[in-house]
Amino acid sequence: MVLVTIAFFAYATEVAFSMKNNDDNDKTDFDFTRTTKSGRIGSIMMLLALFFLFGGVLFRGLSAQRVPWGNMYEFSITGAFAVTGAYIFGVIRYRLRWLGLPISFAVLLTLGTAVTVLYRPSAPLVPALKSTWLAIHVSAAIVSGGVFLLANAVAGTYLILDNIEKKGPRPTWALRLPTLEALDQLSYRLVAFVFPLWTFAVIAGAIWAESAWGRYWGWDPKETWAFITWVAYAAYLHARVTIGWRGRRAAWLCLFAGSTFLFNYVYVNIWGTGRHTYSGL
Amino acid sequence: MSDIPELSSVGVLRWIWRQLTSMRVALILLLLLGVAAIPGSIFPQRTQNPMKVQEFFTQNPGLAKWMDAIKLFDVYSSPWFSAIYLLLFISLVGCVLPRTFSHLKAVGAQPPLTPKFLDRMEFYATVNGNPAVALDKSEKWLKKNRFRIRREENSISAEKGYLRETGNLLFHLSLLLILVAVGVGSLFGSKGEAILNVGERFINTPTSYDTLSFGKFQSEGSLIPFSLKVTDFVATYDPATNAPTDYKLTVSASNPIGSKEETKIIKVNSPLTYASTKIYLQANGYSPVVAIHDKSGKLVFEGPVAFLPQDANLTSLGAIKVPDMSPQIGFVATFVPTAARDSKRGAFSAYPEALDPRLLVSVWAGNLGLDSGIPQSVYRIDTSKMTRIGLKSLGLNQTYNFGEGTITFEGVKSWVNLQIVDDPGKMYALLGAILAVLGLLISLFTRQRRIWIKIGDTVEIAGLAKNGMTGLKEEIDQLSKELKG
Ligand code: HEM
Repeated sequence: MVLVTIAFFAYATEVAFSMKNNDDNDKTDFDFTRTTKSGRIGSIMMLLALFFLFGGVLFRGLSAQRVPWGNMYEFSITGAFAVTGAYIFGVIRYRLRWLGLPISFAVLLTLGTAVTVLYRPSAPLVPALKSTWLAIHVSAAIVSGGVFLLANAVAGTYLILDNIEKKGPRPTWALRLPTLEALDQLSYRLVAFVFPLWTFAVIAGAIWAESAWGRYWGWDPKETWAFITWVAYAAYLHARVTIGWRGRRAAWLCLFAGSTFLFNYVYVNIWGTGRHTYSGL
Repeated sequence: MSDIPELSSVGVLRWIWRQLTSMRVALILLLLLGVAAIPGSIFPQRTQNPMKVQEFFTQNPGLAKWMDAIKLFDVYSSPWFSAIYLLLFISLVGCVLPRTFSHLKAVGAQPPLTPKFLDRMEFYATVNGNPAVALDKSEKWLKKNRFRIRREENSISAEKGYLRETGNLLFHLSLLLILVAVGVGSLFGSKGEAILNVGERFINTPTSYDTLSFGKFQSEGSLIPFSLKVTDFVATYDPATNAPTDYKLTVSASNPIGSKEETKIIKVNSPLTYASTKIYLQANGYSPVVAIHDKSGKLVFEGPVAFLPQDANLTSLGAIKVPDMSPQIGFVATFVPTAARDSKRGAFSAYPEALDPRLLVSVWAGNLGLDSGIPQSVYRIDTSKMTRIGLKSLGLNQTYNFGEGTITFEGVKSWVNLQIVDDPGKMYALLGAILAVLGLLISLFTRQRRIWIKIGDTVEIAGLAKNGMTGLKEEIDQLSKELKG
């Protein structure tokens, strides 16, 4: 466990470092060759962080002798891993390096709370959590969450840039960010890509609930909010595909849908009452 | 303003129908459904936590009454919630069924005619190839890439990706299936609970249940005729955290009653299944076994009494009622499986296993109030008409003489709470869910696009991708190259 904690701190510092670099990159520097370099360092740091995070999750699993998704600390480190992974994937596939600043900040925040507030020593699972469906359900939900957050970051960037462009030309630091249209498309594509996965995650959860609690759906707060997230994203897809919403309205709807997911994660896990709240977070 | 109908009733109905099946209304309904689900996650719900609702009522009686009037404690069965999803259901039917029919027709049909002005399309290019062979070449290339083709004198209209609509329809139809399945489950199902001590037998008839509710169209006679006997229950705990790690219930069951008994294991995540009926292990606790004699030494009560766990270490509360003595005697009791004591909490349990069991009884004499007609909790005693005549902490096999008689703490048994659910809609819901995901995958990952080639003085190529899916440009470039070469 000590080893894992050290690893966490190690990559947390690294992420911080990468963030600082991206900071320089984005805010103050005008010399693009230099910022490209620091940006690249940032990306490499994120890649390193990905490996350390993977190691952290793996060790946690080994030390607890099970899939490491039993409490909020474990969800958080796995979630951080998923977001970082989604980001790296984005960098390679869609040239998303410019998202490094908000993403690394979010990861840092998640890890910070995970290590300080949510940390619990590894322990075996309570019987209700012992199910293959747990592993399937939770991993699908975490990956969906990672991509939803990424889509939110893109939609948020869209809104910020849109505001800036309304006032005049882009400042230097924003020159190299994608066009508004590309951002708009990208957030849609990300959502359309994970919506089936999220649907599957909800269904896997229902199957698990059926085998553990005798009903596949019971409007438990966690289930309710998963449903709300699902409905919100379905509405988002409809708004885009069938009514043709674009731009600001679509971005706001996307942010709203994403915030229902976050709300579920933070609020329901910590202050909620339903059956999804297991002892010790 | 052309939408305003003539004021005949048919016209109004038609107008309502058109509104209801419009995408905008569907979107509003969808968002409404999400919003309407929120209060149920904030306020306690009767179906999940009736105790919490009661608590709310005692704390804010005025507010609670008002909230109850608009069903805020039964959100998911409230008229307004039902109204939203029924409207959505109708909207879905009205939207998807016509589309299904037109899609079925479209599958057999040719792609639409080539439009007159291709240069309005998203992708448009003129290629300086040879118009004479361009159509043949294009046709070959398009066929190779499995487009459907409509060839005319001087143009080709090609389309690919019909599966997208198929997937989309499959998805929406599956949602309908799920909704129907949920309805079937609640109309034809049953759900009940029964508490059994180890060693006891359960026969699946309504009288065996502690609580039982039926769907509207389900009758008592349709319960599956099984019986089971609880032969063993083992709970294992993690010594470091006291958290449970495993519950294992062994039963010998026969279905139908009278057939050969088979030994079955029931665990939290693996219920016992008979057709659409499932038997779940829901909860467990301890039943202290006591024997009570009256003053003359006659045995008036003997057996296990189920106690209700209060904390993670299974400190349990219970009541033993002996109405056959005079005066009537009641024991308000606390059971601790592993006894410990400190100054703040008094007696408490240090570990959930029964390592050092103790039974703390306070003895009350008087009127138990059992004939008042008001149903009473089996775990509580109304001591308002009673007086306390004794207090004692009993170890295993100890006897306490409280004047009116004696009580002996003879042992401990485990009890299990079985939940028995019959949901005939479940399989269809699962089927619907699987088809829905399948449909989604098909529709979201199929690219639907059209390509047109037109010859005149030059060769024109144009394309249109639904939802701005990427990849069409590359395809058109490839085709152009083909035509040039
Ligand atoms: C329970 C509620 C519903 C959910 C969860 C849902 C979900 C979806 C999803 C995920 C898509 C795919 C979007 C895409 O292709 O990117 C879609 C498409 C669509 N939905 Fe729904 N839907 C629902 C209700 C409805 C209703 C009530 C209607 C009709 C009034 C409708 C009509 C359509 C149409 C026309 C499309 C078009 C897709 C296309 O053109 O490719 N949906 N829906």
